[in-house]
Amino acid sequence: MPNFEHPEYPEATLLHLESVVPCRESQVSQLLSIFGERQHFSFPSIFIYGHTSSGKTYVMQTLLETLELPHVFVNCAECFTSRLLLEEILTQLRSLSSEDKPGFHVSCDTFNDFIRLFKQEINAQGLQNQTVYITDRNVTVVFLSEIVWELFRPNTGCLEPLTLYFPDYSIGNLQKILSHYHPPEYSADFYAAYINILLGVFYTVCRDLKELRHLAALNFAKYCEPVVRGEASERDTRRLWKNIESHLKKAMQTVYLREISSSQWARIQQDDGEPGHLKGLSAHAHVELPYYSKFLLIAAYLASYNPARTDKRFFLKHHGKIKKTNFLKKHEKTSNHLLGPKPFPLDRLLAILYSIVDNKVAPTANIFSQITSLVTLQLLTLVGHDDQLDGPKYKCTVSLDFIRAIARTVNFDIIKYLYDFL
Amino acid sequence: MLLKMQRCDFSAMSKRKSKENSSANGECISQVQRILRERFCHQCPNGKLFGVELQYKHLLELLKRTTIYGESNSALIIGPRGSGKTMLLNRVLKEIMEIKQVRENLLQVHLNGLLQTNDKIALKEIARQLQMENVVGDKVFGSFSENLVFLLEALKKGDRNSSCPVLFILDEFDLFVHHKNQTLLYNLFDISQSAQTPVTVIGLTCRQDILELLEKRVKSRFSHRQIYLINSFDFKQYLKIFKEQLCLPAEFLDKSFTQKWNKNVQSLSEDKTVQDVLQNHFHCSKDLRSLHMLLMLALSNVMVSHPFMTGSDLLEASKMCRMDSKANIVHGLSVLEVCLIIAMKHLNEVYEGEPFNFQMVYNEFQKFIQRRAHSMYNFEKPVVMTAFEHLIQLELIKPVDGPSVRAQREYQLMKLLLDSNQIMEALQVYPNCPTDVKQWATSSLSWL
Repeated sequence: MPNFEHPEYPEATLLHLESVVPCRESQVSQLLSIFGERQHFSFPSIFIYGHTSSGKTYVMQTLLETLELPHVFVNCAECFTSRLLLEEILTQLRSLSSEDKPGFHVSCDTFNDFIRLFKQEINAQGLQNQTVYITDRNVTVVFLSEIVWELFRPNTGCLEPLTLYFPDYSIGNLQKILSHYHPPEYSADFYAAYINILLGVFYTVCRDLKELRHLAALNFAKYCEPVVRGEASERDTRRLWKNIESHLKKAMQTVYLREISSSQWARIQQDDGEPGHLKGLSAHAHVELPYYSKFLLIAAYLASYNPARTDKRFFLKHHGKIKKTNFLKKHEKTSNHLLGPKPFPLDRLLAILYSIVDNKVAPTANIFSQITSLVTLQLLTLVGHDDQLDGPKYKCTVSLDFIRAIARTVNFDIIKYLYDFL
Repeated sequence: MLLKMQRCDFSAMSKRKSKENSSANGECISQVQRILRERFCHQCPNGKLFGVELQYKHLLELLKRTTIYGESNSALIIGPRGSGKTMLLNRVLKEIMEIKQVRENLLQVHLNGLLQTNDKIALKEIARQLQMENVVGDKVFGSFSENLVFLLEALKKGDRNSSCPVLFILDEFDLFVHHKNQTLLYNLFDISQSAQTPVTVIGLTCRQDILELLEKRVKSRFSHRQIYLINSFDFKQYLKIFKEQLCLPAEFLDKSFTQKWNKNVQSLSEDKTVQDVLQNHFHCSKDLRSLHMLLMLALSNVMVSHPFMTGSDLLEASKMCRMDSKANIVHGLSVLEVCLIIAMKHLNEVYEGEPFNFQMVYNEFQKFIQRRAHSMYNFEKPVVMTAFEHLIQLELIKPVDGPSVRAQREYQLMKLLLDSNQIMEALQVYPNCPTDVKQWATSSLSWL
C-alpha cells in the first residue's frame, strides 16, 4: 500500500514513485495533492526553494515523468537571455507531441510573440484542458531555486507564487541515501560504517549531497585497503578508522577545495599510502623572484600595511618616538591586516626600498621594469588610471604567509617592521 | 508513514459522519475540486462584487456612453495588486456585451505593458487585433511610422454616428509610460479628445502616483477620470467573503452533498481557530489573492477519505503560507557556516552594522576556536573561505558595492542580510547544534 493516495493515478505508478524518491515522501505527497487531477486547475505559479542537491530538480522531474504530465523543463543558467528561454520552451512544447521531428527550431523574439505562439501550440496539440507545467490558459510555472523568493520579488509586486520549501536532508537521511550507493562486492553494513566515518569528518563543513557522494566514491578504495590486504576484517572498525582518518583530513584540504583533481587524487592513492607531497593549485602561486624583486615586494607590503606617518620610526636611523595611545592599540578595527592593503605612491615605495636594502640601489630602468613585472604577476595592483604617468599608485596583494616566506629567503625579519605587530 | 497517520487523525471524525455517503463521494469530490480550483486559481471569484458597487456603476456608465452614444472617453482604474481591477473590468464588459447593439459593433484592443515592451510591438499588436488591412494572418507589414500613420488616419476618418466604437484596454499602464516619448499614450489620448471615431482608453495600474509619471502634454489630454479600488472591507465582511468563496453553487449535482458542504462551511466560519487564522491573515494582507492561496492549499487536502474541510486544514495551510524562508535556509547550513553567521552577528553588534570583510569574520572565528570551542575543529583558512563563499551564493551575505575586480576576495566589504532575531530563532531549531556554539551566539566574547 503506497504512502501516496491519489484518485487519478494507479497504485503501481505511485508505488514506483515512492521507491525512487527516498526521504522525500512528504514533499511528493504535497505536490501530488496540489496538482490535483489532470484537467483541474492548479496554482498558476509555484516557487520551490531549498539548498543545492536537496532533490528539487530530481523530484520534480521524476514526478512529472512518472505521472506523464505534459511539461517543459528549462535550465535558466543555460538559457540566460529571454530569447533563448522562450525559444527553448516553444521547441520543447512542439516536440511534446511529435517524436519524429527533433531539432525543430522555433524563433521567437519577444514575449508578445511568445504568448501568441504558445497559444497556437496549445490549441494545435489539444492540450487545452490539461495543466501544462512550465493568461487565461491552464498553465503552471514552477520555479526551482536556492535563493528565497523575497529576493526576487519585483518592485511593484506581482502575482505571488506559492512557496514550497524542500528541507535539507538530516544526517540520518544523508546516511540512508548515501548507503544506497554501495558497491555490490561489500556488505551494506560495511559501507554504512564507512559512510558514518565520512559524515563524521565532513558533516560539520559541508552538507551537499553531491559533494559527499563524490568524496565517498573517491575514498572508498583507500578505506577497503586493509581488508583487501588481509590486515583487518570487515568488522575491525578501529584499524580501519586509523587508516582512513589522516587520509580524509588531507582530502578536505585538497579535493574538497578543488586544489587537485580527482584523477590526481586517485593516482596518489594507488602509488603509495603517504599523501604528503601534493602540489595543489594554490602552491603554484609561488614564483621564484629575483633578488631586488623580492625586496621590492617586501617594501610594497610594508608600504601597504603601515600607515605613512610611521615610516619615520621604522626606516630612519635617528627617529623620534611616536606616541601610540592605548586606545588605538586595542581598537582592532584599525588593524590594517583586517582592512586590507592601502594604496601607496611610487616614491614611497622607492624610499622604503632604499632603506631596507643593504647596499646602494640606483634608480635604474631595471628596478622600474621589475615593478611592472610584479604588477603583471598580480602581486601588486595598479590603483587609479593607467594614463597617470607622473604619480602611479600601487597596492600590494599578497598574504602575510607568502611575504613571510619570501622575507625568510632573504633573511629579512619583516615582523619587526610591521606596525600591527608592535 | 507519518503523513498518512496524520491524515487518519483528522479524518477520523469526518469519516464517521460521511460513511453513509461514501458511494457518491468520488465523483462529487472531483467536481468540487474542479469548481473550487477554477474559482481560486483562475481568478473567477464567486458571487457579487463586494464594496465596489459605486465603481462598477461608474465604469458601466462610461462604457455605455462610448458604445451607445458614441462619446470618446479615457479613464484610469487604480488600485493595489489583487484589489480586483481586471475582474471589475471583465464583469462590466460581460454585462455590456449582453446588449445586442454593442456586441455587434464594439471593437476591443487588449494591450499589456508586460508583453508589449515598446511602442513598435504595441502598434503591431493593435493592428493585429483590429485586423487592419496591413495584416495578413499574423504578420504585420510596414515600419513603425507607416503603421502609426495608417492607424491614426483610420481612426480620424470616422464620425460618431456611423463608425464602430473602439475600446483600448491597457493593462499594467505604468509600464507604458516608460516607452520613448510616451508616443503611444500621447496618440491614444489625443484621439480620444478629438471628435471622430468614438474611442475609449482605459488603463489599469497599481501605482498610485501614475499621474506624476505622465508627461505634461499627455496628462493634459487625459480626462483625469480616475476610479480607485481600495479593499475597504473590515474583518466581518472578510469572514462573509470567506464563506461565499467556499460555498458550492446551488446548481451542483448532488443536492444533499451541497447542503452538507455548505453547512460545514458555516460551522467553519464560526469556529474559533479558523477565525484566528483568518484574523492573522487579514492583518497581513487584505486582498483576495492571498485568501485564495490559503483556501487552495486547504482544499488540496480534500479527498474521498477526508471530504469536508476542517479547521486544522486551514491552520496547516496558514502555517505553510507564513513560513520564514530565510530561517529555513539557515536550518540547512553546515555547522561551520552557522559559526560564521554568529561571528558576523557579533561584528554587527560591536560595530553597529558597519560592513565587514572575510578577514574580520575569520579573525572572530579564530578567537572563538582558541578560547571557547571544544567541539569544533580548527579548520584551515581555505576551507573557511569555501564556507563563506557558499553563504554569498545563497545571498545571505551581499557585497556592499557590487562585485569589484580590484579588491582581493578576503577584503571585499559585505553586509549580512539576516537580523539577529532571525538568527537566534533559527538557532533554537537548528538540529544537533553543539552547545558551545549556542553559548557563543548568546554572549559575545568580551574584549579582554
